[in-house]
Amino acid sequence: MSTHSNSKIEWPLWEIFVRSKQGLDHKHVGSLHAADAAMAIENARDVYTRRMEGISIWAVESKNIHASNPDEAGSLYDPANDKAYRHPTFYDLPDEVKYM
Amino acid sequence: MEHEIFMLNRIEFLLHLADNALIIGHRNSEWCAHGPALEQDIAISNIALDYIGQARNFYQHAAFLINELPHESSVFSIPATEDTLAYLRDASAFKNHLMTELPNGDWAFTTLRIFFFSSYQYFLYQQLIQHEDAQIAAIAEKSLKEVTYHLRWSSDWVIRLGDGTTESYQRMNTAINALWPYTQELFQENNFLQPTKNILAQIQTDWNEKIKNIFEEAGLHLPEKSVQYQGGTKGFHTEHLPIILTEMQLLQRVYPNCEW
Repeated sequence: MSTHSNSKIEWPLWEIFVRSKQGLDHKHVGSLHAADAAMAIENARDVYTRRMEGISIWAVESKNIHASNPDEAGSLYDPANDKAYRHPTFYDLPDEVKYM
Repeated sequence: MEHEIFMLNRIEFLLHLADNALIIGHRNSEWCAHGPALEQDIAISNIALDYIGQARNFYQHAAFLINELPHESSVFSIPATEDTLAYLRDASAFKNHLMTELPNGDWAFTTLRIFFFSSYQYFLYQQLIQHEDAQIAAIAEKSLKEVTYHLRWSSDWVIRLGDGTTESYQRMNTAINALWPYTQELFQENNFLQPTKNILAQIQTDWNEKIKNIFEEAGLHLPEKSVQYQGGTKGFHTEHLPIILTEMQLLQRVYPNCEW
């Protein structure tokens, strides 16, 4: 197949999210190439869930993901640095409350 | 005596199922690191491993039954193991269908073969789930999930290539003409197929229906008339099988009982 490459057009890139078990969130596990959404999910099944990692797969075409700009990290995140009052750390938790 | 013949038939049937899975698994494994895309390379390697796993299960059960036979009647070297059955039998002892041993050709040929073969396995294993031998029934049930995926994956490729570009359509057509002569052997009756004899006709009907539906979706057509080859289940193989076995069995033949 590879010798005949009039198909120089690459398959689009997809981001893959896998839910490892019921009740948990889908987590980003990586990306892969596929011709369409159906193939992306099939490929994800083979690439990312072959060792029982998941029970549900999401595929999102990478071009549809919009990312924050690293150059703006300063203005985006630094102002949160000195605002300790935003963290709920000023309460005493009763011992009965677990998993907080 | 009657019981022995019955058991020998069952063993041959198991070897037939195992050989089919081993040889098509080996062919698919040849794609490892040569797939058209990384993701498809992993997919076909996974499928190859599924087949090898099925082969192991059937060989293990066959070996168990062989070792239970009265010694004087055994035509097999004892004690048999999955390894002696896979690595120490000659081509004429293999009972796989001819389709499984043909060289891979291109991606169209490879995916069409998996489509033809996994359709067959899909309907066969559904019947074997009710087999009187509980071990065969259990292996069939476990394997059916894998086969269902192989069938979906390969159907998808047949449709993609058939309904794709001019070149992919032509390649799929070439593959159909090359493979069709090996399809009817799947439904040939045979002595050791005794337990499945009466279900072969049903499997064939279901198989034809499946092929017809996917081909319709893919815009592909069945060949009108074609020569049909057979003989694999009787040990009459193409020249390709000895070449596979030479490579696959080399280590065990040169260094008997070696472990690594």
